[in-house]
Amino acid sequence: MSLLFVVLSYAAVAVFFCGMTYKLWGYAITPSPLKIPTTPQPTTLGGVIKRNIIEVTTFASLFKGNRWTWLGGYAFHVILLFVVVRHIRLFINPVPPLLAEIQPYALLVAMLLPLPLLYLLVRRISVDRYAYISSTADHFALLLLIFIGLSGVTLKFLSHSDMVNIKEFLLGLVMLCPVDIPAHPVFLIHFSLVLALAYYFPFSKMLHAGGVFFSPTRTQVENVREMRHINPWAK
Amino acid sequence: MAKPDFEIPKLDGPVKTPPIKKGASAHMSIYPAKEQMMTTMGFPAHRVDNWREAAIAKLGELKEKYKSLNVFLDICVKCGACADKCHYFLGTGDPNNMPVARQELLRKVYRKNFTVGGKLFGSMANAEDLDEDVLKEWVTYFHQCSQCRRCSVFCPFGIDTAEFSMAAREIMDSIGVGHKYSVEIIGKVNETGNNLGIPKPALIGTLEFLEEDVKETTGVDVRFPLDEQGADVLMIVPSADFFSAPHVDSLVGYAKVFHAAGVSFTFSSHASEFANFGMFIGNYDQMRKIATRIADAARELKVKRIVVGECGHAWRVAYNFWNTLAGPFEFLDPKHPMPMHICEFTNNLIKQGALKLDKSANDEFTVTYHDSCNVARASRMGDDPGGQFEIPREILRAVCNKYVEMPDSVNREKTYCCGGGGGLLTDELMELRVKGAAPKAAALKEMIDKKGVNMMAMICAICKAQFTKVLPYYDIPMEAVGGVHQFVSNAIQLGDK
Repeated sequence: MSLLFVVLSYAAVAVFFCGMTYKLWGYAITPSPLKIPTTPQPTTLGGVIKRNIIEVTTFASLFKGNRWTWLGGYAFHVILLFVVVRHIRLFINPVPPLLAEIQPYALLVAMLLPLPLLYLLVRRISVDRYAYISSTADHFALLLLIFIGLSGVTLKFLSHSDMVNIKEFLLGLVMLCPVDIPAHPVFLIHFSLVLALAYYFPFSKMLHAGGVFFSPTRTQVENVREMRHINPWAK
Repeated sequence: MAKPDFEIPKLDGPVKTPPIKKGASAHMSIYPAKEQMMTTMGFPAHRVDNWREAAIAKLGELKEKYKSLNVFLDICVKCGACADKCHYFLGTGDPNNMPVARQELLRKVYRKNFTVGGKLFGSMANAEDLDEDVLKEWVTYFHQCSQCRRCSVFCPFGIDTAEFSMAAREIMDSIGVGHKYSVEIIGKVNETGNNLGIPKPALIGTLEFLEEDVKETTGVDVRFPLDEQGADVLMIVPSADFFSAPHVDSLVGYAKVFHAAGVSFTFSSHASEFANFGMFIGNYDQMRKIATRIADAARELKVKRIVVGECGHAWRVAYNFWNTLAGPFEFLDPKHPMPMHICEFTNNLIKQGALKLDKSANDEFTVTYHDSCNVARASRMGDDPGGQFEIPREILRAVCNKYVEMPDSVNREKTYCCGGGGGLLTDELMELRVKGAAPKAAALKEMIDKKGVNMMAMICAICKAQFTKVLPYYDIPMEAVGGVHQFVSNAIQLGDK
């Protein structure tokens, strides 16, 4: 079983990074024949970078669009950030003191992960507009994340696992000298779901995580008067 | 106005998000383009035999050519922030008019043919092959998007449904499924130089009439020159400005401003039209052809600069695309922006104190301003972002004593489309146009009832044509619609300078 997980783990890393690189590289090299920023848009590169930093750190447009969706979406992403930061300790040795110190506080936030996701799921099912636009794939993405969160919380609070063994296994993977996977059922579920997420990511709407930085309406500088925009494929 | 055979939305306060009504606007569809017009444009006359494969291949081609489409096909998370932002959804309740659902009509075919998930899981991933029914949905719902970009303002990733409707129309044209209205208009502009198909003698007649008319009312010889070599300015206007009310009143305004400024200008019979419907059908070659003829006219007439009139989508094409499509314009005087909007031109003069204005000439009007979508969300005026909002307003405040603002929820970047943009200003879509106008009409109605507004000024020929036609359905008189330069025209004092 360990061998299977080890193979699946490395494959997941490969699929995730190759998939993301392939897709994002594809976006990067696709030409923009015309200037299409949604205006008003900053007229300098600095201004555009600032706008996009504000956008990805605050979800400003979504806030303008729908405060309730923003609440759920923003809460989820912030909590996810805490979850990811908390997990870094399992992949490195030694753990930097700062990272160790924040663990108990980060945990207080990280354990809330399933809540905004459940809220988003309920909203997706119960509001007629969102129910109409939702497919199984949209529910699957939320459920996958919910179960990752729930299994993680279970692992932490209800079904204590041997963190030393888990860290040994993960570090083994990182150091390219794999050891046996801890046979803790909840851990196996949690770990499998995370692998599934990695496989799913580059082939799904989760591509927005990198794709947002290639959206021409937001990333183009509004400077047509100052600089002639060239269409690379115009005959 | 004929009695409509459909229900007019009730306007009581700002429009509310309706419950979804599946198929509510499925019957509102377009007339197919005639064979001969399609052939003239280089499109197949009929739907081609291998239309499915050809459409998929075209989608693949466009995806490689347009970063916008390539990225937007993948990254939508269907959060629904856009769902209640489209005027056609608010007016009809048809769920396919929610921007995200409209995009999904193209995206589901993309998934089925281009993505692993779509190929493996089909409908679970909302992937579907292109068939008769899907094509019918495309024809219907990609002609219920006015490409106004309101949805993109609220999208966390800036996804613009206009990019989808342009691509979908381009795909449909390429397989021989065209829209009569847009294709015919592009045919006319290629043939006569303008969208209305006005021949040169008629143009001369109109301009002579206007000269006489202005002479009679003001006693001043204001010129309306055509094809005059060596004029300073080539003036490009939407052709409706020559013939339609209230458009023509703004045309008179432009001529008076040039007269007062002492700047010589000319219209061009070769390029008597500002509009560029090539954008509406997403066809780069047509868009470039129409734009190039304007550059040709400017070269031929040896002008120093190009100034353009009141037209929304055309300003987007001119401001953002002309230089790419038909540039570089190195033969023009680099001191001036190319192109310059007439509102920039007029406002500069006002700021310099170069125009003598009598605001009281507009005292019969309490004026508000309608931001046209392409000006608001797809262009700029002046030096700063947002100048496209402020400059027309500065002009109105300078020429009218009574000016009031619309509420923020329908103003500036959040403005609602008039309901007739994007190549939908056609009679067979009247029900859609009336219903799509509801959000803006509701705001105007409130302004009329509460603030005593009797005039909504704007700088778009399509907005003017659409509102004069559909506002009467809401018991708002068509006379409540005007162009910004019509008020400049009223206020400007000529002669004694």
